[in-house]
Amino acid sequence: MNKKRFSEIIGFAILRFCLGLVLLTLLIILWDIFTKGYSSVSWEFLSTMPRKGMTEGGIFPAIVGTFLVTVITALFSIPLGMGCAIYLNEYAHGGKLTRLIRMSIRNLSGVPSIVYGLFGVVLFVQLMHLDTSVLAAGLTLGLMTLPWTITASEEALKSVPQAYRDGSLALGATKWQAIRTNVLPYAIPGMLTGTILGLSRAAGETAPILFTGAAFFLPVLPKSLLDQFMALPYHLYIMSTQHHAIEQVRPLAYGTALVLIALIFLMNSVAIFARYKLRQVKLES
Amino acid sequence: MSETLTIKRELEIPKPRGLSSSARDKLIHAFFFLNGMLSVIALIGIFGLLVYTAVPAFQEINLWRFLTGAEWNPTSYYEAQYGIVPMLVSTMMVTFGALLIAIPLGIGTAAYLSDVAGPRTREIIKPVIEILAGIPSVVVGFLGIVLVGPLIAKLFGTSNGLNAINGSILLGVMALPTIISISEDALNSVPKTYDQASLALGATRWQTVIRVKIPAAMSGIIAACMLGMGRAIGETMTVLMATGCAPAMPEGFLESVRTLTSSIAIELGEVAYNTTHYYALFALGLVLFVITFLINLTSDIVLHRYEKVNR
Repeated sequence: MNKKRFSEIIGFAILRFCLGLVLLTLLIILWDIFTKGYSSVSWEFLSTMPRKGMTEGGIFPAIVGTFLVTVITALFSIPLGMGCAIYLNEYAHGGKLTRLIRMSIRNLSGVPSIVYGLFGVVLFVQLMHLDTSVLAAGLTLGLMTLPWTITASEEALKSVPQAYRDGSLALGATKWQAIRTNVLPYAIPGMLTGTILGLSRAAGETAPILFTGAAFFLPVLPKSLLDQFMALPYHLYIMSTQHHAIEQVRPLAYGTALVLIALIFLMNSVAIFARYKLRQVKLES
Repeated sequence: MSETLTIKRELEIPKPRGLSSSARDKLIHAFFFLNGMLSVIALIGIFGLLVYTAVPAFQEINLWRFLTGAEWNPTSYYEAQYGIVPMLVSTMMVTFGALLIAIPLGIGTAAYLSDVAGPRTREIIKPVIEILAGIPSVVVGFLGIVLVGPLIAKLFGTSNGLNAINGSILLGVMALPTIISISEDALNSVPKTYDQASLALGATRWQTVIRVKIPAAMSGIIAACMLGMGRAIGETMTVLMATGCAPAMPEGFLESVRTLTSSIAIELGEVAYNTTHYYALFALGLVLFVITFLINLTSDIVLHRYEKVNR
């Protein structure tokens, strides 16, 4: 009996060790970036152009570029993702076709990001003649985020009680009227919070924008959506591998990494906070 | 009686002009159906465009030599070589190393979360794991250069730490969140009666976890590991930055390796559109797509085998 008890203690200790190691890894990542990037980040770093071959100055154009491309991603991915989720949750009946759609969504989310980049080069850059631009990169990222947007939107739709639909239909509303007036108003906040999580991942992606629009060094802001742009993740890649004076610009690279992580955390915490608030509202009502 | 009448009158008001409401509803239905089919179209479109752009490469490259050639040197002065074996080997090495790290850690963590931790710990840990999943691959790659690389160089006495081990460690970290969350789902979906039966027979909680729950959730756990593997194979920036990327056939884990993904990332920027080299890179993309697709499809079938039954 004691032996059994002993093995349990050892076993649980191993499991606890696994969790501890995972948490420690995360802690090391955040700690390293924060402590070494902290001193580089200043208002000047955030708001000025890079100077002297990127060895001095700030990352303002990269912040603007990442913001712009994320907006395009959102404009492309949110409506289409919502529409797809509405079909799956409200119209589809669970036949073979629906299963095919669901399977495609799950498979799309497993397609490597660099493959999305290749796809974007052929479709958006070449066939649609968008060249390497904010628009081409945004559309590529939009397609990549689509599966996440769909999944998040569907979760939100699922959480609307069936009675809301039934009530509306029983009063003689058509299906679309029921969805528009009695489902979407309750689902849209949830859809948006879920989507922000997907967008934050898109904002940190590098591989899909490598060849669809991100520029090595561009000390001007993009004037139109058909211009190239600088982006935070690509800038970090350049600063840590492609720059001619890598050791010299290391602090700037750390600063960029910190800003990128902070941006993603900010988006995530907005989404998580909104989700928390929504849950509370729902519990009260 | 009068109540029914008022309701009726109100319902008649929003009648749309033009199309009858049922025709309009059908149109809207069709619209959403098309929208729903988008993901299928996108998946087929990606595959189609990859094939379409990769095929011209094989006017000049022998398909057999492409798949079995041991040298990749498209810019050679003498004869351009397009053999993908070194990259396949590199990809496999890095992925294998990553799984060696991520599978035990991931399953251990998942088992802890599902069977040992209390509900409050779980509520705290889950978002923390999400944070790990949210760290961009380029940041992980950066840490591979500045943190893991020097450490490996010191430990193994190599000149720099940019090699297969470095890539494995980083990819292992990146595959962890996938493996943890899906394994945990699988463990949680094991019926409670299994636990209860095992405990009632006098087994300890540890024995229950190891001999009852994990075997019962095995198919889900395997699927989780496969999804993690798919993620590791397709990861680009991390391996691009942290593995050194020498195009030669790798000879060991302390050698620099160059995976399928990093080859595409390195060379696509330097190559002119619509040349054989350009098409060959799309052929690499196609190989990558097919490998990850097969892995994802298999795990998908395992995970959603019972989808129909559950409904």
